[in-house]
Amino acid sequence: MTSIPGAAPIVRRTPKAGFDLFFRNASFAAALFVLVLLAGIMLSMVVGGWPAFREFGLGFITSSVWDTQNDQYGAWPAIVGTLSTALIALLIGVPLSLGIAVYLTQLAPPWFKRPVATAIELLAAVPSIIYGMWGLFVFAPLFAAYVQIPLSNIVEGIPIVGTVLYSRSPSGLGIFTAGIILAFMIVPFIASITRDMLEQIPSVLRESAYGIGATTWEVVRHVLVPQAGVSIIGAVMLGLGRALGETMAVTFVVGNANRLSSSILDPGSTIASRIANEFNEAMGLQLNSLIALGCILFFVTFVVLVIARLLVSRVKRY
Amino acid sequence: MRKILVLAAVAAGIAGSAQAADITGAGATFPFPIYSKWAEAYKKDTGIGLNYQSIGSGGGIRQIKAKTVAFGATDAPLKGEDLTKDGLIQFPTVMGGVVPAVNIAGIEPGKLKLSGEIIAQIYLGDIKKWNDPKIVALNAGVTLPDANINPVYRSDGSGTTFVFTDYLSKVSPDWKSKIGTNQSVQWPVGIGGKGNEGVSASVKQVANSIGYVEYAYAKQNKLAHALVKNADGNFPAPEEKAFQAAAANANWQEQPGFGISLNNQKGAEAWPITSATFILVHAKPEKPEDVQSALKFFDWTYKSGDKLASELDYVALPANVKDQVRAAWKGVTDTAGKPIF
Repeated sequence: MTSIPGAAPIVRRTPKAGFDLFFRNASFAAALFVLVLLAGIMLSMVVGGWPAFREFGLGFITSSVWDTQNDQYGAWPAIVGTLSTALIALLIGVPLSLGIAVYLTQLAPPWFKRPVATAIELLAAVPSIIYGMWGLFVFAPLFAAYVQIPLSNIVEGIPIVGTVLYSRSPSGLGIFTAGIILAFMIVPFIASITRDMLEQIPSVLRESAYGIGATTWEVVRHVLVPQAGVSIIGAVMLGLGRALGETMAVTFVVGNANRLSSSILDPGSTIASRIANEFNEAMGLQLNSLIALGCILFFVTFVVLVIARLLVSRVKRY
Repeated sequence: MRKILVLAAVAAGIAGSAQAADITGAGATFPFPIYSKWAEAYKKDTGIGLNYQSIGSGGGIRQIKAKTVAFGATDAPLKGEDLTKDGLIQFPTVMGGVVPAVNIAGIEPGKLKLSGEIIAQIYLGDIKKWNDPKIVALNAGVTLPDANINPVYRSDGSGTTFVFTDYLSKVSPDWKSKIGTNQSVQWPVGIGGKGNEGVSASVKQVANSIGYVEYAYAKQNKLAHALVKNADGNFPAPEEKAFQAAAANANWQEQPGFGISLNNQKGAEAWPITSATFILVHAKPEKPEDVQSALKFFDWTYKSGDKLASELDYVALPANVKDQVRAAWKGVTDTAGKPIF
């Protein structure tokens, strides 16, 4: 390097090793905190639920009896309810969210984008109890009057369809209603994340696809979705997490019946709703069983996340 | 100078309120409205406040056993052996009734007559339609629809459910053997609503439904109630005098800690689904002065609380029962074994 005559020699700033080390350790501690917290929660759940697992063994998961009178507890209806409401929520919510995201980023006129985007973010901010009350007081009666009762009249007596879609008490409350309400609740999450992801995609990719004569559908199908695929799955998993654990809204609309019914329009319960319903008055083995239910929910969520990771790694290979 | 006076007055006020320690209690949600009303009036009278946490009967029992409160409150009375085991004394404070609410098009409030057996069979799923011959037989002259009955129950553990299932167990052997009595049971049919408001919302919205709620709640929300056949075969209207009749005819000394059920009591006017709510205190408390002030509070409610109770649609205990309770308080002693009341 040639130095300018007469100028002071350039002093290079030496890296401050001390601060770097501190920063490294501080961020490590922050990351470690999450692991310790998670392990702590897990441990206390296992300890709290242990008497129930010891008493019933595997039967706690497979049994459908929840009898506080005789202290017999089984989680199966709640597990099935949790998974089926979450599945219904995804089946309705994911296509809806993707549709919103694609429309907002690719098709919508600019004057329409902002209000819809703001509305989505507002929807995400609505507390879950509001969704629950709206579901109970507004949605359920309409759903019963215009869907459940007419549908029950049509399908009554038909094999299989008549079992799955017939509701013994057409109240508008049940597994399917809970799934719909959950779908409304997860749409804002999935839609806004997906929208952000689609907007991140470099426009040169899109333009070149249009340049070789692709239609909008083809651009979305072959360029945007594969590009944003991993993030979309991440967004869906975030929504699924909310759907699995959502408590208040589901408690209001799921019908709170701790039994398995063959119809998806009949009342059921989820793990979270069962805990919300009974925790206040629970004592002894019932309390242990409720904590054990929480433990199972933890485990179910964990398994779902593992499956999600596997899915993501599969998508990445393409 | 004036500033100093004001400061002194404020300081005196703080000292004064610090002296009169609040009474602590926790438990049942059913009597919470009346307990807080009583507490308000009591504070005006005596300057002593009540800190009552309505965390549910189970929580109340847990808290008094853990000795974190001066008294626990429960809707379901503890049994004699449990009281002895934990050294507790139990007494009732106030009563209420549970009424079936129905929603059937064309049926006016108070027009539908039901019996305990029929209600049990409805909730067991054995009677499925409103025009079932058993219901029609009780309701001559009333046209009942050919529609499925939608039973509604409390999904959260609650004293109301305890009272209701206790009644059904008393009148239906089938119910007793299959379902039993508890704060939450395994309902074979129907939908669950969370809290009184959840049940009443479902009953109001769902056609051809039946649910059960506390009388005070049904009255304040103008739910259409059904009449229930009592032990004497009558159909009294669910109102204060019918609950009082149930209490008057009961033998309160029959169970330790007054833990009797007022369900299905004899008496021409007695409402069949009635219950008292209970208080638990330690017989030999570690802090006798706390329990003493709690007992003074309840003594005050017995003397001056009846009108407030009736305004909120609760029912006061009969005078002779109050005297029996006061006699039972003699069993609460300080560490030296001297009665504190």
